[in-house]
Amino acid sequence: MPTVERTGNRSWTVRLRNRIGRTVPPGQWLPDRQPEYVRSWIYVFGVATLAALAFVLASGVILTVKGADWWHTSALGHFMNSLHLWSVELFFVFMVIHMWGKFFMAAWRGKRALTWITGGVAFVGSIGTAFTGYLSQSNFDSQWISTQAKDGLNAVGIGGYFNVLDPAQMLLWHVMLLPLVVGFLVVAHVILVRRHGVVPPFDAMPPPAAGEPELDADERPVA
Amino acid sequence: MTRAARSRRDDTPDAHLFPTRPYDLVREFVVAIVVVGVLTVLLAVAFSSPDRKAITLSAWATAAPADVVATATAELAGTSTSASYGAPYNRASEGQKIGPLPTQKWGGVQIPVNSANDLVIDPLASVAQDPSLTTALTSWRGASADQQITWATAYGDALAAAPGGDPAQVKAGDFGPVPVLAARFLTLARSGSLEGLLTTSFYDGNATKPLLLLADGAYLEDQARADHLGGDQWGMMNETGNYPGQPWMWLYTFWYQVKPFSTSGNADALVWVVMVVLTGALVFVPFIPGLRSLPRHLGVHRLIWRNRS
Repeated sequence: MPTVERTGNRSWTVRLRNRIGRTVPPGQWLPDRQPEYVRSWIYVFGVATLAALAFVLASGVILTVKGADWWHTSALGHFMNSLHLWSVELFFVFMVIHMWGKFFMAAWRGKRALTWITGGVAFVGSIGTAFTGYLSQSNFDSQWISTQAKDGLNAVGIGGYFNVLDPAQMLLWHVMLLPLVVGFLVVAHVILVRRHGVVPPFDAMPPPAAGEPELDADERPVA
Repeated sequence: MTRAARSRRDDTPDAHLFPTRPYDLVREFVVAIVVVGVLTVLLAVAFSSPDRKAITLSAWATAAPADVVATATAELAGTSTSASYGAPYNRASEGQKIGPLPTQKWGGVQIPVNSANDLVIDPLASVAQDPSLTTALTSWRGASADQQITWATAYGDALAAAPGGDPAQVKAGDFGPVPVLAARFLTLARSGSLEGLLTTSFYDGNATKPLLLLADGAYLEDQARADHLGGDQWGMMNETGNYPGQPWMWLYTFWYQVKPFSTSGNADALVWVVMVVLTGALVFVPFIPGLRSLPRHLGVHRLIWRNRS
């Protein structure tokens, strides 16, 4: 056995590269072709969700850099807050449409359950992130929403640890912890989408390879 | 393998085995960024965003002085919402349950709040050069717990019976030092210094005590209801003005509008249970027999994959 190959097998770098290659093979990260059955506007909403998320993050980073009070005292800050609000609204609109589309396609078929789960948990995490944003506004909405929401959280015993009446704690969850969680889930979701590709239609079969007979309709697998 | 055996398995073929057509992922993303960016800017320019100022305790005292006096009295009597809340603030009640399970109590007292002392007496004790207040505080602290409650309850009842809850129109009674304490509390709130006295350090960003106090009064809820934010007005998902708020919370808010949740003393806990179950169903739908097969039978997929027979 050549020395170079043994060295390569022991290399953490090579192992990581091989692992990444097995997860999403080269060419599937940024494909320039897609299955012919992908011909519907519904497919646009996944990318639209990511685009809206980009604006959520960008406007959120600017608000973070300038501080929690900036948007109350500056016209530019208020406009940035408006961008943040509306990009969040669009983010959820696109995400919900995307999820319904994937539900109607039963997009968890073909070993895509984890793709669905990461998307579902990212949706729930996004709701939590948006909720802590409302609690971090330091205005009347924050006062009312926090004093109402505390009852739900306290009723199940978690309000003492996740204290919605503590704006400093909520702000840190909003700008740090929850974005990290949602960001990780979104990245994992996109990797899984790239790995498995777009789910085929119900009962669809790829054309037979050369020399293989084509299956009759009643012989096709059922999801 | 028989067809029946195959049908029990998910044999969805690999997407990469199907015929393909050219596609430009990067261009699609760039177009999406531009379109979503334009939409976001247009919406922000056209509709801006709401920012109704927070209610200060001073503003509360100015706008609804009788409410402040009644709230301070209720804190002293132990009848306010926070004083009788239970976990995580105190042990005044078991709180909400899920069936026989005292879930609220299980959370423990993580944020101890003694409503009478922390929200009223301690802030008043910081006031200097007010002999009548000092005398009232001495009298209050020297009395037994039962006597304190008797005084405060009697004064609370008298305030409730007075026109408009006006302290000036309260009939005479044995209220001990409570009228003086409540009146000075109103003065303290008006001065604008009460918020600072309810927090514990120079850098305190924790508004638990000021918010509990404000929520114990009626003024905050009155203002919220006037702005369609009440609990029975889908308030959890709305925000001030004509803005969309958090429509993604519609299902959570929905349960509060219908029985048995709308009339249950354990509504918050029960709604949480329902939402945890439904969220679990959403996340784990690929593993739920029947539900996972529903899309095939609904047929909406035919609108998506129109070209297939």
